[in-house]
Amino acid sequence: MDFNDTPEEAKFRKEAYEWLASNAELKEGPKDSWRASSEEEGLKQVKVWQKKLHEGGWACLHWPKTYGGRESTPIERVIWGQEVSKFKVPGGYLEIGQGMAGPVMMMYATEEQKERYLPPLATGEEIWCQLFSEPAAGSDVAGIKTKAELDGDTWTINGQKVWTSGAHFSDYGILVTRSDPSAPKHKGLTFFFVDMKSPGIEVKPIKQISGGANFNEVYFTDVKIPDSQRLGAVGDGWKVSLTTLMNERLAVGDASGPDFEEAFSLARGQDLNGKLAIENDSVREKLADWYCQQSGLKYAKYRNISALSRGETPGPQSSITKIVSGNKLQEIANFGLDMLDSAGILRTDEEGAEQSMYQYGFYGAAGIRIAGGTDEILKNIISEQVLGMPQDMRADKGLPFNEIPTGNK
Amino acid sequence: MNFEFSADQMQLKDIARKFLEKEESVKRARNVLEGEASYDEDLWSQIIEMGFTATAIPEEYGGLGLGYLELCVIAEELGRSLAPTPFSSSVYLASEAIINFGDESQKQSYLPGLASGEKIGAFAHSETNTSPTETNISCSFSGGTLSGTKIAVADGDVANTFIVTANNGSGVGLYLVDGTADGIEMEPQATLDPSRSHASITFSNTPATELKSDWSDVLSLLDRAAVLFSFEQLGGAEACMDMAKEYAMGRYAFGRSIASFQAIKHKLADMFIAVELARSNCYYGAWALSTDAPELPTAAATCRVSASQAFHECSKENIQTHGGMGFTWEFDCHLYYRRCRQLAANIGSQSIWKDKLIGSLERANQI
Repeated sequence: MDFNDTPEEAKFRKEAYEWLASNAELKEGPKDSWRASSEEEGLKQVKVWQKKLHEGGWACLHWPKTYGGRESTPIERVIWGQEVSKFKVPGGYLEIGQGMAGPVMMMYATEEQKERYLPPLATGEEIWCQLFSEPAAGSDVAGIKTKAELDGDTWTINGQKVWTSGAHFSDYGILVTRSDPSAPKHKGLTFFFVDMKSPGIEVKPIKQISGGANFNEVYFTDVKIPDSQRLGAVGDGWKVSLTTLMNERLAVGDASGPDFEEAFSLARGQDLNGKLAIENDSVREKLADWYCQQSGLKYAKYRNISALSRGETPGPQSSITKIVSGNKLQEIANFGLDMLDSAGILRTDEEGAEQSMYQYGFYGAAGIRIAGGTDEILKNIISEQVLGMPQDMRADKGLPFNEIPTGNK
Repeated sequence: MNFEFSADQMQLKDIARKFLEKEESVKRARNVLEGEASYDEDLWSQIIEMGFTATAIPEEYGGLGLGYLELCVIAEELGRSLAPTPFSSSVYLASEAIINFGDESQKQSYLPGLASGEKIGAFAHSETNTSPTETNISCSFSGGTLSGTKIAVADGDVANTFIVTANNGSGVGLYLVDGTADGIEMEPQATLDPSRSHASITFSNTPATELKSDWSDVLSLLDRAAVLFSFEQLGGAEACMDMAKEYAMGRYAFGRSIASFQAIKHKLADMFIAVELARSNCYYGAWALSTDAPELPTAAATCRVSASQAFHECSKENIQTHGGMGFTWEFDCHLYYRRCRQLAANIGSQSIWKDKLIGSLERANQI
């Protein structure tokens, strides 16, 4: 049992570090990170950095070289992630395209389409989004209603998508629609990719509880999609969606925000009723719980990495990450604000103010526990796919989709 | 990165598991709980024959000289099967005390016997219903003899080698008392887990020898033992999760398997989360113990807290999943519920370990 690289891993790590060192700036500390002044500026910088990565042979590591990738092994991707986290480099904007749309295109698009669309995804020239969730189809995402009707070799799309990250700056999107409302829920779906500049697509930002707007509603009014942009057979849209949902679950990792270190350091400097907070037993107990959760996730990840290093598929332990870290963040954020007493609820514009970090976590955690699979859905997945327990009884099983009861929410 | 037990270690774990299943260790735990015996002598002698007691004792003292990783995988299986033997007292505490703090003659005199099972060791530490500290231990050592009363000594009624904490006037350290010495009075104490025997022991001017140790060594002994106890707790927790699932799959209510209800599925998912966190933290503890890493105090407290939580969660929710049957004497659920509490008490309470964890992090991150 050790934490050491194999000789091949060490060689890859060295190569990755050396390239990064000559192309990027080292972080000054663990909390130092890249930040853009605006979304527009961020997008610009991400595109520049991605182009550099591609030229250096470090874009889309696991993709085939033909499409701009490197054909790296899973453990090499992990090592790259570890090395890149030491540097102050732009991030975001591209994950959905490279992590979800790319793999689906690779599996279902024609060779000609792959040659056209995959390389610009790898170079960062084109941005993609994922059009799945709908107002009445969240956890039950197969319950989507957006209509697709075929006339000749053109489909007409009408309906509404929601929670679409980056729809407003995306060039293309992957889209799941209902092509046959009289078929059972999972059977009548058809999958496409769509040009986001198509006439009839309207993108509206959603204002979140934090006041920010990271997601959109996307309306489709008589949007035309050629049949050649269908991915998978008509009626096979659920099967195609599963490819990306699996990738999504792998992609959603640790909740970001204040963690044990921040809470610990706050407690060591903060006065609580005439003593340092760290001397308070209830504070110590909470900190110990969070440390054990953080450490458990860290070493679960090491166990996963070890499995990858041996060329095995990681065990089910990765499925617990988001549940544990999302809830931990919510509790730590609440604790941090509580420690600041009445001042914890005050809004401030002061750069780097302590309460802002905890307030951000306070809002963010409520979203993280829902995004990419709610806590409840993830617990279903653990009990069904890891422990082998039966699926829940479904009231809509076998019913034609248009006869399934609907509520008023 | 290779943060995993080796193929040989996993094979040893498998051997231990199959052996304990074949010997019906859980049934034996019930027999000890219901009967008069302090432990299962037959199972104990088979465990000795398998070489488990000798695992981490150096070869020069009659041991197998394997490492702590091997001992960890054995501990997990003993915990899973509730093995009713003095293994933890004799191996994690008494043998470890002598290996780490004994002089050459103490090692020569005691380790071969502890390895071969001829000697059974026990750790006599608690004195009252508060946690033992550097200042409240009243057991005293002077002029080569030891006096005072210890309570809730696990396996104290069957041990013939005692490791005792006592104050010699300048501080608390570890002392070695041979079971044949004069002035030892032993009184068995009933506990809520009768599958593991306990006793109070009064020493009256009992001849004792010093182990080269002070209070920090007492804590270090507890840290080492905590990693091994954590593996027992982890095994117990996983056994409870498996039992709960197995029962839920076969139990029908409202015309369907209760395992298909989300209330039960989410309960099982919570157990799984607790077990996975505990397992990962236990591996961290195992690594720190086997490499004598400076972060052992942090790692030990982390795995101890995490494994205690997992066993607590799983043993109580296992009863809940079984419904009324889980509350019967007949079902095994209560054996785990009892053992969970017993293991949680053995080397200090959860609150104490949480406090130690934060303390060790404070020391590691001095401002």
